[in-house]
Amino acid sequence: MAKITFITTDESSITLEATSGSVMELAVQNNVAGIDGDCGGVCSCATCHVHVDPAHLDKTGDASEIEKDMLELDDNANEYSRLCCQLEVSDQLDGVILRVAQ
Amino acid sequence: MKKSKLADPFEQARLESGIGKMDDQNDPVTMLLRLKDVRKTAHNWKVFQSGAKPGRIVVPSEVNIRDTRQIPFEVDPPEHGDYRKLVEPWFKRPLEADYQAALTKQINEIVDEALSLDDIEVVSDFSLRLQSRALTLLLNTPYSEADTWIGWGTHVFRSEGDSLDGDKANILYDYIDEQIERASENPSDDLYSVLLNSELNGRKLTKEEVKGVMILTFAGGRDTVINAVTNSIAYFAEHPESLARLNDEPEITGKAVEELIRYFSPLTHMGRVVTEDTQVCEHAAKADSRVSLCWASANRDASVFENPNEVVLDRKLNPHVGFGFSHHNCLGATHARQIMQILLTSLAQKVKSIDILDYEENIEDLDQFKRKVGYEKIKVKFNPK
Ligand code: HEM
Ligand code: FES
Repeated sequence: MAKITFITTDESSITLEATSGSVMELAVQNNVAGIDGDCGGVCSCATCHVHVDPAHLDKTGDASEIEKDMLELDDNANEYSRLCCQLEVSDQLDGVILRVAQ
Repeated sequence: MKKSKLADPFEQARLESGIGKMDDQNDPVTMLLRLKDVRKTAHNWKVFQSGAKPGRIVVPSEVNIRDTRQIPFEVDPPEHGDYRKLVEPWFKRPLEADYQAALTKQINEIVDEALSLDDIEVVSDFSLRLQSRALTLLLNTPYSEADTWIGWGTHVFRSEGDSLDGDKANILYDYIDEQIERASENPSDDLYSVLLNSELNGRKLTKEEVKGVMILTFAGGRDTVINAVTNSIAYFAEHPESLARLNDEPEITGKAVEELIRYFSPLTHMGRVVTEDTQVCEHAAKADSRVSLCWASANRDASVFENPNEVVLDRKLNPHVGFGFSHHNCLGATHARQIMQILLTSLAQKVKSIDILDYEENIEDLDQFKRKVGYEKIKVKFNPK
């Protein structure tokens, strides 16, 4: 079981619990504003962009080359950016804070 | 497995030079073939613009057959973003349950009808009908309008032999003018009326702008959807095991849709006009010349996709550009994805197998390359479970 907190662009915060699936799926199922997941999680659309809270980077680990290439051309990307369809829910993510990107 | 195969004609050029050359009505096009270059160029709207003379970023060029600017397609940021914001909520309606239920009913009906016939010509009698009926949902117009659009045939925007035919395009433009007049006199809750009533930076959209959006909605969603649907039928005819798998594992349907879009790449490429002397993939590109972003080639780039020429139904990492990339990514993608998702589900539930009886390929002539994009005709027999 992992608790995952999303902070949306209007600064409201929502904490969800899950045991499996991707973080994108969790967000879409719970209507987290700004996470659309248009491509269903195959890393093609970048509509699941989040910024990992800097204090929690060890929980999410590094993005793959393919994910980095997608983020490189996203105007709102920074060093904390991830496409959250590429984050699998697991105990390791417990407590993570993710800010939904513009 | 040969009949449903879509070969990759770009491989050698993609590896060797990264570009292709195409002449088009004395306005040549440098085609970008590698995924990274396609993405970078799509993103760089200042140097590679969409807001050129109307019709010029389309290949073959439409500058001689229309003056109406297609919106948001032929507009650059920041104005592009204003238009997108205006139309995006409407084009997300396919995510609503009612919309999906109506689309499911339409698609099940067409599949049931196909199953009841001895044979069916898929392009005209399956895909065009499916596409037209589904479009009534997107535009929120009466179902019966679909009959008018079906009556135009598959070649409304091009005559035989792929060259552009102004007279045929006029059928569509005149129809849209009429519909805009109708909606402005008797507003309803269809897309024409909603657009006529919407505001951009404190002013109403003009009729010319509404026309620009509507032409694009018709043109952008016609051949692309028809090819995606037809190619899916051909693919499943030669891969009954994939139909069985989708029935057993419906949870992979979303991934299968993305993979088929990657493999089919229903839109081969789209142009941009270069605004300053620059380089693309280490080749000089002069100001006021044209380049194109070749989605179909990028989607077979082996430096990114493993086994690019195979359909891997549950491909997990699939950063394809079948729906474009960056600012101008496909506005109709939500609708197109729903059509594909529901079609795959319906086929997997109802169809045991499909036999291809006869077919004629639709080959695009890109000068240096000849690309199969779909079928002119394909006659099949659907076998029920
Ligand atoms: C499988 C079907 C489809 C495919 C493969 C497809 C592909 C594409 C691609 C590659 C682009 C990017 C063009 C560019 O960068 O210049 C695009 C843009 C667009 N498409 Fe689609 N399309 C499909 C279906 C549709 C449908 C059904 C509609 C609407 C009814 C539609 C409307 C549009 C519009 C309005 C744009 C321009 C968006 C903008 O400029 O912001 N498309 N499409
Ligand atoms: S959902 Fe499309 S890239 Fe993450």
